[in-house]
Amino acid sequence: MTLREIKEILQAQVLAGEEFLDRQPSCACGSDLLSDVLAFTKENSVLLTGLTNPQVIRTAEMSDIIGIIFVRGKKPDNYTVELATIKKIPLLATHLPMYESCGKLYLQGLKGCSEV
Amino acid sequence: MEEDKVLVEIEREIVGGDFQSAGDVSGELKKVLQQVGFPPSFNRRVVIAAYEAEMNVVIHAYRGIFATEIYEDRVHIEVDDQGPGIPDLELAFQEGYSTAPPHIREMGFGAGYGLSNMKKCSDHLEIDTRIGEGTKVVMDFFLNPEK
Repeated sequence: MTLREIKEILQAQVLAGEEFLDRQPSCACGSDLLSDVLAFTKENSVLLTGLTNPQVIRTAEMSDIIGIIFVRGKKPDNYTVELATIKKIPLLATHLPMYESCGKLYLQGLKGCSEV
Repeated sequence: MEEDKVLVEIEREIVGGDFQSAGDVSGELKKVLQQVGFPPSFNRRVVIAAYEAEMNVVIHAYRGIFATEIYEDRVHIEVDDQGPGIPDLELAFQEGYSTAPPHIREMGFGAGYGLSNMKKCSDHLEIDTRIGEGTKVVMDFFLNPEK
């Protein structure tokens, strides 16, 4: 599944990194705890989160996360979007809440980080 | 044994409470590791541990010095901070234990995995802490840990 397909499934808006939507994550992680993301995600994953601060981008950078999806209508500020652009991390935003977002992607075959 | 030559040295200052720049040092380290040509899986564990250490200084200390030496087959990191120190190191290593204040938790940190994650990612971890003075974290990462 590509980020472009994820965008369609979640009816998401692209906030940054339109040119990277052909990336294909091997798994996904849904979390509002960056500590957990750092401790439990795998490389080449996509992160679903309700957090929108710049440290989300940093955490993604360090963990080799290839895309971030902000859930339940949350949007980051300009600084965070700029940081993501610099770090080449695409950002999507969906109005769906966390549970629905994860469920829809899982149903379409995107595995969790502990399953790959 | 062949002489161990340092390929790259990095020394940077970390400022406590500066959340805007927090992650700059680890991000720079990631770039350098990629340029040196280490495998991505190795870089990932070095950079995650470095970021945990960097964030600890930003969250808990006043300032710190982050020093890295990159060798052909290993990476050595020392993070030396001026700060409150860690009163109970054993407790600090316990997963889920954290002294991070509420505004840090709102940011998504302070779940109490920092030290244990640094231990998991590194091949050797040493912590020297003095109450009221500061904490020094030393980490080593070996490309071939079994050697």
